[in-house]
Amino acid sequence: MTTGISKRIYRIQFGLLAPEEVRKMSQVKVITADTYDDDGYPIERGLMDLHMGVIEPGLKCTTCGGKVDECPGHFGHIELAMPVVHVGFIKEVKTFLDSTCKSCGRIKLTDDEIKTYRERMSAYNLSSSDPEVIGIMSKKMTDEAGQRMVCPHCDTQQSKIILDKPTTFREEGIKVTPKEIRERLERIPDDDLVFFGFNHEVARPEWMILTVLPVPPINVRPSITLETGERSEDDLTHKLVDIIRISQRLRESRDNGSPQLIIEDLWDLLQFHVTTYFDNQTAGIPPARHRSGRALKTLVQRLKGKEGRFRSNLSGKRVNFSARTVISPEPFLSINEVGVPEKAARELTVPVIVNIFNLDSVRELVARGPEPRDEFDKYLAGVNYIIRPDGRRVKISTQNAAENAERVEVGWTVERQLNEGDIVLFNRQPSLHRMSMMGHTVRILSGQTFRFNLAVCTPYNADFDGDEMNLHILQKEEARAEARIIMKVQEQIMSPRFGGPIIGGIHDHITSMFLLTHGNPRFTEEETIHIMSYIDVDSLPEPHSENGRKYYHGRDIFSTILPDGLNTKFSSKLCSGAKEKCEYEDDPADKEVFIVDGKMRHGTIDESAIGPFSGEIINKIYRKYGAVETSRFIDRMTRLAVGLISLRGFTTGIMDYDIPENAVSRIEEISLDAIDRINKLIDTYKKGQLQPAPGRSVEETLEIEILSVTGIARDESGKIASSYLGLSNPSVIMARSGARAKMLNISEVAGMVGQQSVRGGRLNRGFYGRTLPHFQIGDIGAEARGFVKSSYKSGLNPLEYFMHSIGGREGLVDTAVRTSRSGYMQRRLINAFEDLKVDEKKQVQDTVGAVIQFKYGEDGVDPTRSENGETVDVDYLAFDTELEVEE
Amino acid sequence: MGKLNVLRHELVPEHHLVKKEDEDKVLKELNIAKDLLPKISRNDPAVKALEDIHGPLEEGRIIRIVRKSPTAGFSIYYRAISGEIFK
Ligand SMILES: [Mg+2]
Ligand SMILES: [Zn+2]
Ligand SMILES: [Zn+2]
Repeated sequence: MTTGISKRIYRIQFGLLAPEEVRKMSQVKVITADTYDDDGYPIERGLMDLHMGVIEPGLKCTTCGGKVDECPGHFGHIELAMPVVHVGFIKEVKTFLDSTCKSCGRIKLTDDEIKTYRERMSAYNLSSSDPEVIGIMSKKMTDEAGQRMVCPHCDTQQSKIILDKPTTFREEGIKVTPKEIRERLERIPDDDLVFFGFNHEVARPEWMILTVLPVPPINVRPSITLETGERSEDDLTHKLVDIIRISQRLRESRDNGSPQLIIEDLWDLLQFHVTTYFDNQTAGIPPARHRSGRALKTLVQRLKGKEGRFRSNLSGKRVNFSARTVISPEPFLSINEVGVPEKAARELTVPVIVNIFNLDSVRELVARGPEPRDEFDKYLAGVNYIIRPDGRRVKISTQNAAENAERVEVGWTVERQLNEGDIVLFNRQPSLHRMSMMGHTVRILSGQTFRFNLAVCTPYNADFDGDEMNLHILQKEEARAEARIIMKVQEQIMSPRFGGPIIGGIHDHITSMFLLTHGNPRFTEEETIHIMSYIDVDSLPEPHSENGRKYYHGRDIFSTILPDGLNTKFSSKLCSGAKEKCEYEDDPADKEVFIVDGKMRHGTIDESAIGPFSGEIINKIYRKYGAVETSRFIDRMTRLAVGLISLRGFTTGIMDYDIPENAVSRIEEISLDAIDRINKLIDTYKKGQLQPAPGRSVEETLEIEILSVTGIARDESGKIASSYLGLSNPSVIMARSGARAKMLNISEVAGMVGQQSVRGGRLNRGFYGRTLPHFQIGDIGAEARGFVKSSYKSGLNPLEYFMHSIGGREGLVDTAVRTSRSGYMQRRLINAFEDLKVDEKKQVQDTVGAVIQFKYGEDGVDPTRSENGETVDVDYLAFDTELEVEE
Repeated sequence: MGKLNVLRHELVPEHHLVKKEDEDKVLKELNIAKDLLPKISRNDPAVKALEDIHGPLEEGRIIRIVRKSPTAGFSIYYRAISGEIFK
């Protein structure tokens, strides 16, 4: 393998392939459509002729003498009985036919015009100028020539040529055969080709009409042998068989003077086969199909689109040393770890290069064989293969392990199975940001799934409803070093998107920390010991006592996981959910989090303290103590959370939404009242007495008014419902702490679902003038336009259910549309940015060294290290310094 | 009404022509060859506005652009005039 640059491409010349060139590069003229004889040997001058390369071991290439992996393959050719048009050049052929004289072949421009245009063109070098500029000029000239109906050179009357897609040309309704087309194109003098942007040395127009077809090497279209021993040919070979067959029949019919009609039919058929050989999705003709009905994958299909050569094989590749399986949660793992099932660990290997220092230990490792276990039957890493210096691989089995261990010498490579502590890459698609692929250290676990800490769900956007993820084992020391230093989960806690943490506690963690700190509850010594047994601590916090009973405060327990010296002050989100005045507004003991020297004085820990995106404590720990301390905090916080919530227990059910009878009737009243008000609004509107709002029509005003009425109704009923559901209610705890759902969802369950909408307005489509045939045409009342007065708990009536489904579908459609659109946008951005780099001076450059930005982002700030995009948080620094000075 | 000067518009950053004798100094400071500088079309309205002041500008002249930045205060950017016409 050569490294570095051996040659630099100076320029690339594009041209058309001349028939002579096709014959010259061909090693064999293919004349029979057959492939193999009865013995399975390639037929001479057939499509699998040995001149075009070999795919079977044992045989040798007739052209170069190479064996299977040595011969690069060679082209052959097919002489077509009659010429056919190349589909890829239809547009160009049309331009030539339109712009040149049917009789003398000159471009239909006057001598004067030719003189001026030639002068203008001479300023441009055809092969080095911008093709787009040349294209625009050429189009102007050829259009002008195409308009002319009498030849300025020989005065021949011209006629219009119509292209009957995809490949048929007609002149005054009569078909122009490819043969005639070719003759016309041949007549065009070299000198006139400049006006078409053609360089006659590398491209003559008649070469766009095929007389000879190159046959690609066998390596390009290998046949495969099925288990049954049956041979299956490549789609391209199938297509070439068709082409040769028809070409032969056409030649025979022509030579023995068959009727013109039959010849024309065969000629058309040949054109069809050649066209579909190039592109089997040409518009206007049915795609050629396999016997099974599957459309053939021909040349264009091999290259184009997501499954094509470029996107599927060149931009992206399949890799070894990787594993994929279902994921599941494991709260006792660190955020930096990933649990790998034993079965996968036995298959995944790390290469160990043997040297004088590790020779003994490696021999011992090899001697263990491929399935070692320790005395407690616990997994131990074994060895699957050893690789000799010449590259030969030896499979290690339990039987040959000891013997092979002795053979291992310095310079050999040993493929060791995955071990605890190995660094690996873990990835979940779609990989939308860099946190979609992070470095984890391995823990070998029993079971069949990959496992990780729940705090890492957010960056991967993973849940456990069947999600699968990929694992990649790094094979080089450099890769492992990079993974440890820059890709490890703890290094990715801060998001470059918004300069805050993207990893933090979720769901139960938040609920649990809320329960631990809200109102600073008391825990008995026994409870405290249980909770704290989940984390590594030397001592319990300071005890308090009352009536001789020892107890501990929740905030003190929480403080044990905070690093010493941490100071912070912020508001919890306790009041942000409440619409009106919150009961904790004036209660700093619950609302305002205040931490001094790692001791929590007061406040409530919730989403805004430990959650991803907002987690203030995580943010502050990261800024002051760095990645290691932060990952330790998250690990201990999540474990502490599990410790408490599994002791206390936490559940919610439909009973949690029970509200008193009188509240139900008040909500009923509200909905009836809303419907009443809507009817009144409609009445005023119908009487023409509704005053339009400024800049709105009367109809728009009516809709806005009605929407506000329904909105108020839902809010009011929500308020009534939630006034009976306090912070003792599990659902409310989850909503207020930010663990899951919003207060709005609770009022939908207990109070009223409310108005359904599509595109921000009331439902109005479906049937003529109404949403469902049950309604009068033109009914714009509450029920007819999707007002749902029931709650989820009381249940929706069929009409409401239907309306609700309409509203729900909008969300589904939106996500479907958004993902595909943003995916395409992302692809284009990545392709544009992929080879830009930032150098030591923070200059952004492309591969050539051309500067994109003189300073990264114009300010040189790494958004990951910014405070929400700002360079520094001055207020916090002042606060922190003040407290530190005080101490 | 006079001709519109795009450089006067509040959304257009400051464009200054780098003196010919200062070009080497600028390039040395950036440690970069002239052809690696970002380009600006000679048809760019900002270049035309500069031409109104300095007379016709040939290809390769360097323009210093001073942009306001919410994080950095201001940032300096250089572009070399290119003969190519960008779309
Ligand atoms: Mg899922
Ligand atoms: Zn060969
Ligand atoms: Zn003529």
